Amino acid sequence: MIQVKNLTKYYGKRLAVDNISFNVERGEIVGFLGPNAAGKTTTMRILTGFLAPTQGEVWVAGYNMSKHSLEARQRIGYFPEAMPLYTDMTVRSYLDFSSRLRGLDKNRVKTRIEEVVDICHLEEYIDVLIGKLSKGFRQRVGVAQAIIHEPEVLILDEPTIGIDPIQVAVTRQLIKELAKERTILISTHILPEVSVTCERVIIINEGRIVAEDRIENLSSLVSGSRRIRLEVEGPAEKVAERLRQIEGVLQVSYEDSHYIVECSAGQDPRGKIMVTMVQGGWTLLSLGSIEMSLEDIFLKLTTEEETSQ
Amino acid sequence: MRNTTTIALKEFKSYLASPMAYVVTGIFLVLTGFFFQSSPTTYSETSINGFLAYGSILLLLLASVLTMRLLAEEKKMGTLELLLTAPVRDSEVIMGKFLGSLGILTAMLALTFYYPILLMWFGDPDIGPIATGYLGLFLLGCTSLAVGLFASSLTSNQIVAVVIAGGILFALWFIGMADDLLPEALGEVTGYLSLSYHFPDFVRGVIDTRGIIYYLSITALFLFLAVRSLENSRWS
Repeated sequence: MIQVKNLTKYYGKRLAVDNISFNVERGEIVGFLGPNAAGKTTTMRILTGFLAPTQGEVWVAGYNMSKHSLEARQRIGYFPEAMPLYTDMTVRSYLDFSSRLRGLDKNRVKTRIEEVVDICHLEEYIDVLIGKLSKGFRQRVGVAQAIIHEPEVLILDEPTIGIDPIQVAVTRQLIKELAKERTILISTHILPEVSVTCERVIIINEGRIVAEDRIENLSSLVSGSRRIRLEVEGPAEKVAERLRQIEGVLQVSYEDSHYIVECSAGQDPRGKIMVTMVQGGWTLLSLGSIEMSLEDIFLKLTTEEETSQ
Repeated sequence: MRNTTTIALKEFKSYLASPMAYVVTGIFLVLTGFFFQSSPTTYSETSINGFLAYGSILLLLLASVLTMRLLAEEKKMGTLELLLTAPVRDSEVIMGKFLGSLGILTAMLALTFYYPILLMWFGDPDIGPIATGYLGLFLLGCTSLAVGLFASSLTSNQIVAVVIAGGILFALWFIGMADDLLPEALGEVTGYLSLSYHFPDFVRGVIDTRGIIYYLSITALFLFLAVRSLENSRWS
């Protein structure tokens, strides 16, 4: 549904996006993740046709953005960063304007406005000036204008930034419901967002893609180690000493009365640890491996990138 | 065409919703009313020549003020991003905004119809020069709006936009008066290119096609430049 091929964007001499390629299949919901100024917004602006790329090509719903821009744009619903709106219009007149501008059939305008107002829970505010709405409601108006023309592809740039937790939950629920029938690319730098809403993530840093996979596969992507956490009754010095001698153990640290054991890649020394502890005559109270959270993966990928430069 | 109409209507309505259009129209009516009365009272003419002579210069300024927000505000607020990602051609955006502001300008001119109506009520004015005078004002208004729209496309600051528009318009207006200072051939060219050169014909009641073509070409030129400037913003 979305194809990006060798996309590069320079702002003057500054490189914002560096030769990235990725695909989003029909019906997928993909998280576009990266720290601030990683190139997320630039990429999305190119995907929606607001900016022209310096190099590379973009297809949306089968249409090339540079050659058949109007056809491609017609099939995109876009929620830009910070959701700019005309503050001097009411919600109704704004949605009316958007639906006509985005090519919704004239006879459908009225019923469709009612539908999206219902979906986004804006009934009470339909005749209020947008300038008088709180940020959370403006955000919903933003979502409403993005879906009003029933686009096949939704591109959402940080749709939950700057709104309170309840509104965030409402917006996420909304996105999940929309995902049933649409292809969605959603950018964020808030990690839980991705694990809650997305099936797949693309992690971008300094204009380059540093990782791309399904969420459950991502941890294996990170070259590196399994971590084991254990609680042992016994003399701390000696226990740590013995743990370090076990094959496959890289490092042992002690925090909150737990030992954290870093293992080399592909090694699982949990069995050996248990045997060693029993041999030492110490009581093993708990033993388990620590799953890497999305935060860890993200931090690892984005900081690795920095250190390798 | 449908997109152009949608944008034009939206712009027209947002003029009506903001104080700007009312302030501009109010100033235009008060000042032109004053200019108008000079013809019948001071010169005992049943004409609208006073209104046309000074109203035309006022129009340059007020058209710049009317158009200054059209694109500059959208750039500043960021709403341009949604407008330019809608399936709408850049030329449709420009034409829509131009026609929206032309709607307001036309309404403003229509409100001055009571000057000739007063003349007809109390005297027997020559209708020809009045009609062509209005045609001239309308054409001059089109040109001024196009220049203003172009200026608005260059910046996200409305003040800068109105200064640029005013600068271009007054330069084009007064360049015709420089012909005494220039060699004759060059003076004729600058004279012909001047906004003020063609206007007196309309006031006299002459419809010169060269004048009509001149105003329409300058309008088209600046609308074209505005489209290019908008396209250019995608390549920043």
